[in-house]
Amino acid sequence: MSEDFEPKIIAFCCQYCAYSAADMAGSMRLQYPSNVEIVLIPCTGRFDVILALKALECGADGVYVAGCLEGNCHFLDGNIRAKKRVAYLQNEIKKIGIEPERLAMFNLSASQGPRFAEIVNDFSGVIKGLGPSPTKKKLAA
Amino acid sequence: MTREIKTNSNLEKVLASGAFAVTGELGPPRHCSAHEVVEKAKHLVGNVDSVNITDNQTAVVRMSSLAAGILAQKEGLEANMQMVCRDRNRIAMQSDILGAAALGINNLLCLSGDHQKFGDHPQSKNVFDVDSINLIEMVRTMRDDGKLLSGQELPPDGRPKIFIGAAYNPFADPEDYRVHRVAKKVAAGVDFLQSQCIYDMARFRKFMAKAVDMGLTEKAYFLAGVTPLKALGMARYMKNNVPGIIVPDELIERLKGVPKEKQADEGIKIACEQIEEFKEMKGVAGVHLMLIEWEHMVPRFVQEAKLTPRPKL
Amino acid sequence: MIIAERKPIEEIKGFIEGKKKVLLVGCRGCVTVCNAGGTKEVGILASLLRLDAQKEGRELTVDEFTLERQCDPEYIEELLEMVEKKYDAILSMACSVGPQFLTRRYPKEKVYPSLNTCFIGGALAHGIWAEHCQACGNCIIHNFGGMCPISRCSKSLMNGPCGGSSGGVCEISKEVECIWHLIANKVMEENRLDDFAPVQPIKDWSSSRDGGPRKIVREELVK
Repeated sequence: MSEDFEPKIIAFCCQYCAYSAADMAGSMRLQYPSNVEIVLIPCTGRFDVILALKALECGADGVYVAGCLEGNCHFLDGNIRAKKRVAYLQNEIKKIGIEPERLAMFNLSASQGPRFAEIVNDFSGVIKGLGPSPTKKKLAA
Repeated sequence: MTREIKTNSNLEKVLASGAFAVTGELGPPRHCSAHEVVEKAKHLVGNVDSVNITDNQTAVVRMSSLAAGILAQKEGLEANMQMVCRDRNRIAMQSDILGAAALGINNLLCLSGDHQKFGDHPQSKNVFDVDSINLIEMVRTMRDDGKLLSGQELPPDGRPKIFIGAAYNPFADPEDYRVHRVAKKVAAGVDFLQSQCIYDMARFRKFMAKAVDMGLTEKAYFLAGVTPLKALGMARYMKNNVPGIIVPDELIERLKGVPKEKQADEGIKIACEQIEEFKEMKGVAGVHLMLIEWEHMVPRFVQEAKLTPRPKL
Repeated sequence: MIIAERKPIEEIKGFIEGKKKVLLVGCRGCVTVCNAGGTKEVGILASLLRLDAQKEGRELTVDEFTLERQCDPEYIEELLEMVEKKYDAILSMACSVGPQFLTRRYPKEKVYPSLNTCFIGGALAHGIWAEHCQACGNCIIHNFGGMCPISRCSKSLMNGPCGGSSGGVCEISKEVECIWHLIANKVMEENRLDDFAPVQPIKDWSSSRDGGPRKIVREELVK
């Protein structure tokens, strides 16, 4: 694995919390890796496993879903549903030999700009540690 | 209580004479050595009026109840062959009933059977072509009407003279429905009934009072099931893990109160007290002793429970 | 409806081993409703198979197509154009009727079932399905308070709860409700014990699978 590997990460962010937190992180000029592409979703309840699969198919090295704190979902339990879907898909990709850690679910509130930056940093670190997605390794070789 | 004698069953004769009947239980081995049946039978001969030969109990493969029953009868016991609905369809059942009667089996206990999920072949296909109540009716029709299920007539000397038994469990749920389920068995033509292990005497008394009230004990003989608790661990296991068995906390406490090495004696003492009550209880015609893998204790137990000598009829 | 669930990915991978072009065929009938083999599930499986191939550096094309139903020949016919594209394997995501109908219509194709057909049932809640019918061919649920003891009692008992019924659950598992507990309670609540007293006759299973594979011919509908 090359030292200069920059993972490609897709983040599905709820408009009520994580997306605003990302905004805040930006306006606070907090440092976080630029390799994360944020996809706005109206609620993590909108997150579907096929979205994450397509991201992986298109070359993402990691995918995460970021929603409101548990108990604070604007649609009551969208984030709980998303959590279950993430867990389900982690199990499925594990069976085809893709590290389940490449998928994650985070919860935060709109006011947690620094937390957002921290999540991006941490997750990026995890993916860097894992290296490029195994779906890309063979193609590169 | 005198009733018409329908078969050559010793158990039936004892019950009809009004004596307090005693039945035992013998589990066939998980192999084909007859020796084990013979050894277990020795503890039972002279101590019981008839012995249940279990039919692949807990859905574990064992020597067939018919074969083990015949072996037990050779040793001087009278077999009460158990037959479960799990493993045979109506064709095999009727065939086995005819065969059993031909070989001198006088009693048949009709059971649904434990689900194979518990056994050593959970992958097997179950049958349940007929249920236990249908089975009772089927045997009764063969014996009294001289007909197979198909309507095929049996010649007068070719009808299985079987004393028909079934199980009842006052401790399963729903509690209030239990006596009505027994009523169905009586309506289907059962001659005698043996209960699940009784520990909750209050619930049993309530059940029997209802059965007496409904006139069921006039139509069939009710035997009370007794299994002495060997140890506190066994009591706890039965309480927590066996569906359809209730072990009241008082019994657990009572066993707790004695040292471990005395718990078996205490268990036997408790069972003897129960039997004393059954002897006096209206509607109870005898006891069914289930000393599972504890057959060698039977001689001592029947003596302590004052159940011997057994009547010779 | 027919309740099915997708086979483990490992088993499906085994079906397409060494194959380069695969067609996944979904069904918009029962298996769409029970989230096992509709367009969405076809998409997920296709994606997983592609990712798996990418990971192994293996060439694999997975096409996706969902039919209105796979249990009617006119819809199976709609697949002709796709089949002509020559696939190494066709994976049906319908109940087991689907792959059989595909095999019958396209006998030269290698057709595999990607679902396990589980039972006839209904959704107790979103994501939870339970068996309610065993297709015995002679419905008698009206005799049992509107509940089916054949499919819902572990022993298909017809005359009341067995001795293993405890606390409303079956002896085989605390996850399985004792249907006889419900039937008996309903009968008692409705004061219908007398109606319920007669022994249910021995079931005639000849209308069930036991009578051999079944077929219905409705002359007035046959062209």
